[in-house]
Amino acid sequence: MKSAMSKAKVSLLPSYKQLASQYQLGGMAILLLVSFFISLTIGAVDVSFKDIINVFLNQLGLGTNEVAATKSLVLTDFRLPRLLFTVLIGAALGVSGAALQGLFRNPLVEPGIIGVSSGAALGAIFIILGLESLIGEINPELKQWILPPFAFIGGALATFVTLRLGNYKGQVRTTILILAGVAITSLASATIGLGIFFSDEQQLRTFTFWTLGDLSGATWTKLYVIVLPIFGTIAGLCYYARSLNALALGESEAYHSGVNVEKVKRAVVLLSAVAVGTAVAFAGIIGFLGLVIPHIIRMTISSDHRIVIPGSAIGGALLLILADIVARTVVAPAELPIGIITASVGTPFFIYLLTVAKRKQLI
Amino acid sequence: MLISQNISYQVGKKTILQGCSLEVKPGTFTAIVGPNGAGKSTFLKIMAKETTVQSGEVNLNGQNINQLNSTDLSKIRAVMPQHTNISFPYHIEQVIEVGRFPYKTSRKENEQVIDAVIKHNHLDGYRKRVYQTLSGGEQQRVQLARIMAQVWDKTTFPKYLLLDEPTSDLDIHHQHALLNTAKELCQKNMGIVAVLHDLNLAAQYADFIVLMKNGSIYKQGPCDQMLTKENIEHVFNHPVEVFTEPRTGKKVIISIPKSFTEETIKQKHYA
Repeated sequence: MKSAMSKAKVSLLPSYKQLASQYQLGGMAILLLVSFFISLTIGAVDVSFKDIINVFLNQLGLGTNEVAATKSLVLTDFRLPRLLFTVLIGAALGVSGAALQGLFRNPLVEPGIIGVSSGAALGAIFIILGLESLIGEINPELKQWILPPFAFIGGALATFVTLRLGNYKGQVRTTILILAGVAITSLASATIGLGIFFSDEQQLRTFTFWTLGDLSGATWTKLYVIVLPIFGTIAGLCYYARSLNALALGESEAYHSGVNVEKVKRAVVLLSAVAVGTAVAFAGIIGFLGLVIPHIIRMTISSDHRIVIPGSAIGGALLLILADIVARTVVAPAELPIGIITASVGTPFFIYLLTVAKRKQLI
Repeated sequence: MLISQNISYQVGKKTILQGCSLEVKPGTFTAIVGPNGAGKSTFLKIMAKETTVQSGEVNLNGQNINQLNSTDLSKIRAVMPQHTNISFPYHIEQVIEVGRFPYKTSRKENEQVIDAVIKHNHLDGYRKRVYQTLSGGEQQRVQLARIMAQVWDKTTFPKYLLLDEPTSDLDIHHQHALLNTAKELCQKNMGIVAVLHDLNLAAQYADFIVLMKNGSIYKQGPCDQMLTKENIEHVFNHPVEVFTEPRTGKKVIISIPKSFTEETIKQKHYA
């Protein structure tokens, strides 16, 4: 047993005796927790670890040490909800990317493939550009609650149309589904382009920032809204992990092995649409994460979906936390759009992994 | 028993299968042979319920397959496909583990089954190899191990293996190894149907032969009676010679270039 474990670690390969992989998952979870707390201390207001502990104790009514009111407020009303928000968004994007890549047996798939992101963008641009010119100025407080449902509906509609197009006599044809997703995406892009053409400077800026992702709008209320759909998706996709392992061999092979292929396809597409739709609706489009995180997990730990699915949730959260730290610090007190960071931090690492994988013939 | 009755299948206006009936008893090895496009694979797919039956009926141990869901089916029959491509790096252990999908057995029990089928198929050295890096023949052996893991548990009811050209990428040694394994499985209350292109392998391992041509069954029966010069020449539209190998007593079939048949030689002579 001991030798098997050490071998698995050295070879960077997935291991059937899963002890090693589970330790690695645990390690990632600890890393996530550590970066979470480090991130809590970072920002314009200086907050130490000791302050964090004291604020927690005070909240529980056990605290004895006073913490400055500003620090306490910054922690509980801004940083904590924002970071929890970041964790959920990252997990949602990572986990849906992993599941959709597994379902479509295609390493190039990213969560947007089912049309959900571009549909959501269409919903968003409608609010940013269309609504105000129709009914006049909207109170910004109200506006931040109008955009997410529209973005979500846009994403859901696009996914629905994609699924309908990919359906033939009750069976979902995978290739047609992917092509339908591409078609819906380009149609949405064209409409968005039209919207951009008619937009003014300020609207264009708002929309462009939205497409680069934005975590700064996080509040406790928003957090409560997104927690259920995202946790639900993660749990649901974990449930289908074994089915996805069988699907990796091919649809007919999975069917022969006892997988209800049609049910799994629909469930995975719908669950992913819920998670990505929610994430995009509240945080805009954060690219790259859903594509790359699953590959990183496969290359470093295992291709077994029982590892890849939860691993991508943890890995997505971890990468987004780290990216968020960078986004908040490099141009402080301003903030860079998060999408720029995810791509520029993740890409070099991903390229490194690709070269390793190429050498080891893992891809 | 695996019984298919009067199976017909059409795609658009094209008839792929016409009135095919076949009974497979547990403990027997049936080989389906015939030229390309005869409908062999489609017939196998219909028996596996991968393709839905349009007309006719398939029964597994007395139950119509339309009444069985994919999990029920997978506990009674396993299917070995022609080729399987995997797009992500899977260890062969992980590939074989897919055979345990229908069962709610513990991880430890599953590992024991996987160990057993790996040993059985002499794949010990390949455990940690990535599936895509194996040769076609090695991949076929892994696939056999996978479907063995699926039918490994002892049951009171007979099970069935459907093999689609299981030996196409194997060298002669492994062709015999694979078919020997299949024969051993027959002893364990299993019925086997295999599409085979190699007539000599069919002659040596099959109990029954089904000769297919143009979407229908030309003849079926015990191996020795089916593999005659007349039958094979008719089905494949190609000249052959059939001998009997003295050691095994089994038929040996040799195909001959058309230019050497009496007719063509005569034609050349007079020309």
